[in-house]
Amino acid sequence: MERPAPLILLIEDEPQMRRFLRTALGANDYRLVEAETAKEGLAQAAARNPDVILLDLGLPDRDGLEVARELREWSPTPIIVLSARGREEDKVRALDLGADDYLTKPFGVDELLARIRVALRHAAMPPGTAPEPVFEAGELRVDLAARRVWRGDEEIHLTPTEYKLLTTLVRHAGKVLTHRQLLKEVWGANYANQSHYVRVYMAQLRQKIEADPARPRLLLTEPGVGYRLRDE
Amino acid sequence: MSHQRPDPDALLRRVRAEEARERRGQLKVFLGASPGVGKTFTMLETARAKRTDGLDVAVGVVETHGRAETERLLQGLEIIPRHPIEYRGVRLEEFDLDAALARHPALLLVDELAHTNAPGSRHAKRWQDVEELLAAGINIYTTVNIQHFESLNDVVAQITGVTVRETVPDSVLERADEIELVDVTPDVLQQRLREGKVYVPEQAGRAIERFFRKGNLIALRELALRRTAERVDAQMRGYMAEQGIRETWATGERLLVCIGPSASAARLVRATRRMAARVHAEWFAVHVETPRDQRLSAAEREDILRAMELAEQLGGRPVTLSAQSAAEEILAFARLHNITRIIMGKTRRPRWRELLQGSLLDALVRGSGGIGVLAITGAEDEEGPGPTPTPGPRGSVPSEYASAAAIAVVPTLLGLIVRSTGVPVLPIDAAMLYLLAVVVASARFRRGPAVIASLVGIASFDFFFVHPFYTFSVSDVRYVLTFGVMLVVALVLGNLTGRIRSQAESAREREQRTSALYGLSRELAAARDRHAVLAAALRSLRDTFAIDAAALLPGEAGGVAVVGSPPYPFDERERAVAQWSFDHRQAAGRGTTTLPGAGALYLPLESSGRAVGVIGLPLANPAEFRDPARRRLLESLAGQTGAALDRLVLAERSRESEVEVEAERLRTALLSSLSHDMRTPLASIEGAASTLLQESEPAPAARRDLAATIVQESHRMGRLVANLLDMIRVEAGALQVQKEWQLLSDVVGVALLRTDEQLRGHPVTTAFPPDLPLVPMDEILLEQVFVNLLENAAKHTPPGTPIEVGATSRPGEVVAYVADRGPGLPPGEEETIFRKFHRGGGAAGGIGLGLTISRGIVTAHGGRIWAENRPEGGAIFRLALPISGTPPTLVAEEPVPNRQDPEAGTWNALPPSSS
Repeated sequence: MERPAPLILLIEDEPQMRRFLRTALGANDYRLVEAETAKEGLAQAAARNPDVILLDLGLPDRDGLEVARELREWSPTPIIVLSARGREEDKVRALDLGADDYLTKPFGVDELLARIRVALRHAAMPPGTAPEPVFEAGELRVDLAARRVWRGDEEIHLTPTEYKLLTTLVRHAGKVLTHRQLLKEVWGANYANQSHYVRVYMAQLRQKIEADPARPRLLLTEPGVGYRLRDE
Repeated sequence: MSHQRPDPDALLRRVRAEEARERRGQLKVFLGASPGVGKTFTMLETARAKRTDGLDVAVGVVETHGRAETERLLQGLEIIPRHPIEYRGVRLEEFDLDAALARHPALLLVDELAHTNAPGSRHAKRWQDVEELLAAGINIYTTVNIQHFESLNDVVAQITGVTVRETVPDSVLERADEIELVDVTPDVLQQRLREGKVYVPEQAGRAIERFFRKGNLIALRELALRRTAERVDAQMRGYMAEQGIRETWATGERLLVCIGPSASAARLVRATRRMAARVHAEWFAVHVETPRDQRLSAAEREDILRAMELAEQLGGRPVTLSAQSAAEEILAFARLHNITRIIMGKTRRPRWRELLQGSLLDALVRGSGGIGVLAITGAEDEEGPGPTPTPGPRGSVPSEYASAAAIAVVPTLLGLIVRSTGVPVLPIDAAMLYLLAVVVASARFRRGPAVIASLVGIASFDFFFVHPFYTFSVSDVRYVLTFGVMLVVALVLGNLTGRIRSQAESAREREQRTSALYGLSRELAAARDRHAVLAAALRSLRDTFAIDAAALLPGEAGGVAVVGSPPYPFDERERAVAQWSFDHRQAAGRGTTTLPGAGALYLPLESSGRAVGVIGLPLANPAEFRDPARRRLLESLAGQTGAALDRLVLAERSRESEVEVEAERLRTALLSSLSHDMRTPLASIEGAASTLLQESEPAPAARRDLAATIVQESHRMGRLVANLLDMIRVEAGALQVQKEWQLLSDVVGVALLRTDEQLRGHPVTTAFPPDLPLVPMDEILLEQVFVNLLENAAKHTPPGTPIEVGATSRPGEVVAYVADRGPGLPPGEEETIFRKFHRGGGAAGGIGLGLTISRGIVTAHGGRIWAENRPEGGAIFRLALPISGTPPTLVAEEPVPNRQDPEAGTWNALPPSSS
């Protein structure tokens, strides 16, 4: 069955930015709906039911965070937040409010397309369905059914927490997860503010998984935001 | 002495006075010789004329006393309603100062300058209201009679026999910009009086009759005319001085009047003031506190205080000195201040006392050299400026007399005991015993009790041990000599004891004062902010005066507010008094004549002619700080505090101006750098893009190349902009460090990833010990630091040379490093490379902000960053980050796999290296 090209809603007030995205997305076979303001964006989201929403946080009429929250109230559509460097708190808040990912301006086309692909893939999975039983990225192979982990041919032994941390990242592979999200998933809600747990366990996990733990290629740090497992 | 050139100090003073005058309102005084000459009438006429000229005129207060002519003149003029004040059940209508200030007319009429305001008004006297109005820039017309001049007060009293209580300081009238004499002949005035045209208060009665005698009127008129003439003279002089006309009179006169404890001291002050006015001299009223001041009675102290206050009101400068010898101190002061004449009261002390104690006048004349010494008569006995040596029983209490008498009884008892054993007591032995007792009593007490002891001793000696026994009759005349010696011994020793004690007391007081000041100055020197300064001042006030004071500091809009919680009830009214004191740089509130109804005395903290704060002292007794010693100490403490506050302000300002200079340098360097560093990538981008847009499309390979250039140069510009933004944030102190407990290796990992491209061709090794502790830091900022260091290393070293990154832990800190094997740093530049816009030699791109930003970030973390050359070649950058605070706890994981998990069996991996 031939599916129509995915529809992307872009809520962005900068004309230059819209022009660039129009060209880039068009060239990569995406359909695009544009909105200049938050109000228009919300209306378009309701009317057109897009597959992915690109939301700029610096909108003229309303706070982008509010728009994200409002969208989340009725729409499960993946939201990718666009924002400038130095606004890490905004990104974290947007992600904690339900946004799926973010892009720091300026960004390249490759990065944008990768984020959209990840978002589309996660959206395609109906909630509750189990992920692929085996996850592979670079040398890493995680067999979720068998609960075993390999680097290349070598099996790696993880502690329960390390394993839980890794599988959480695997389930959201390619997406950024904030410290808070990871803490809640792995350690429970009581640990939501103890971000050093994530850091320490992530370092341990890198020691076991990464070829060069000091220069990680799989378990990526998103400074000030959280972590991401590279999946392609 | 030559006067060809205007004295620079005098010029400066004139310029300052002119500046102040420009801001101040102009004061015109309508002066009359006596009531009834028509001052108010003339004032109103002049004001009406001004109004016709279009000037904004308002009437603050005018007393018509029901005279129809005057009332007619008032018609049509805007009158500011008076302000009712309840005083002891009587409703008084007073001039409304605040309404006048709010109305702010160009010209305000305020009648009767010498008026005393009803209690509860802001100022005690109307002339103080006028001063405040002038300071607010309002022009004033006012009226005053000659008898109200403070300095003429006693002269008028002598002429008319009527003492005028309401007086105006001469300085107020001297500062008047214009004085108009309203003059009528005595005959006309008497005629008016008969016609009932002169307002006579009913209660005055006969006194007024005496006042308006023709002889009096002539004398008063002469006074008024002379005053006006003197003023004209002064104006001419001022004109000549301004025009630089060579002065032909003996200027530079400076007078000094010695103030002692005498009721006529005030008279002496007035006389000096008149003398000073005639020769246009500056004058000082000097009182020397000597140890003997301790013995002054309260009334005598009051005399000195009053004379000093009067001197200040009359425009003299009151100075209180402290010394052992009055004469020496006065002469030293006189020489220091170029005094030309010293004025003192003539003494009427008996000659023998002068011979015995020395005369101040003699001492002054002997030591005066070129300074003239003038002794003038007061009405009563006048003493020199030193304290009266009148020995007072002050300080001796009844119990001391009783003790002294008891001591004198001891020899009697001893003698009687000896006699009862049958041994005869010789009169000479008894006399010796009594003498001993007198000596003991004199040494312990002052003169009064000593004399009592000697009298008791003499009587007992006579009664018990001189023949005939048990009578007061004396058989042998030579015992009278013994009695005399005993009495003299008591007197001499008692005097000595008293003096030593006074000296000890005054020394103790002085020592207390000095130590209070010293303590405060030491604390103030250590204070680093305004609150510390005020805390030290308040502590010092509490220690010295046992008073819990409040400190007030000006806020943004100049309004003062209490710092911390005030130690006494502090409402808006109190704040208003404090505000007044701050705005006018004068003491106000309790114990002063301005707003005396307040609960506390407010002293402005001044420095360099500006008020920097206010101290509020809740006085239990309004007269608490009238004592000059206390007052001076208080003022010294306030002065020191003011200076300390000012020092902080100045320090801040100099820091600000330094920052400004630096900012200016930054701007210049930034502009020149930007023009280069921004234009280069822009040129590349524009060039590449326009080539792509050309009609003849380039070959696919070339197209890729051009697009790659655009991307690369955009990255470069992006980095540049990011650096500039960081720099601005560091510079503006807006760097918000959000510390979290982090792993250094994590941050370095991100930095390595971000610099992947630049580091291509450099083998990078990392060394992070596994037991490296967590460090509190802002990961985004620290990542920036490592990116900068790595980029620098890549940029300044030949391709292929290794780069090492790592960290070691030390007690209390973690030291990270980025090291290379490049050419190293030019010797001596290990520190300068951290300065703004410092470029490494031959560096490509970058405007030399990276290291400055890095230092800013590390410093904001409380850490250090520095560079060294490695002994084996290459440079190493180290940064030490403190591990401050308590590291977070980390509950260690159970080293057992989760057995509750039903599928756990298939996954039985045990961690080889758990936390």
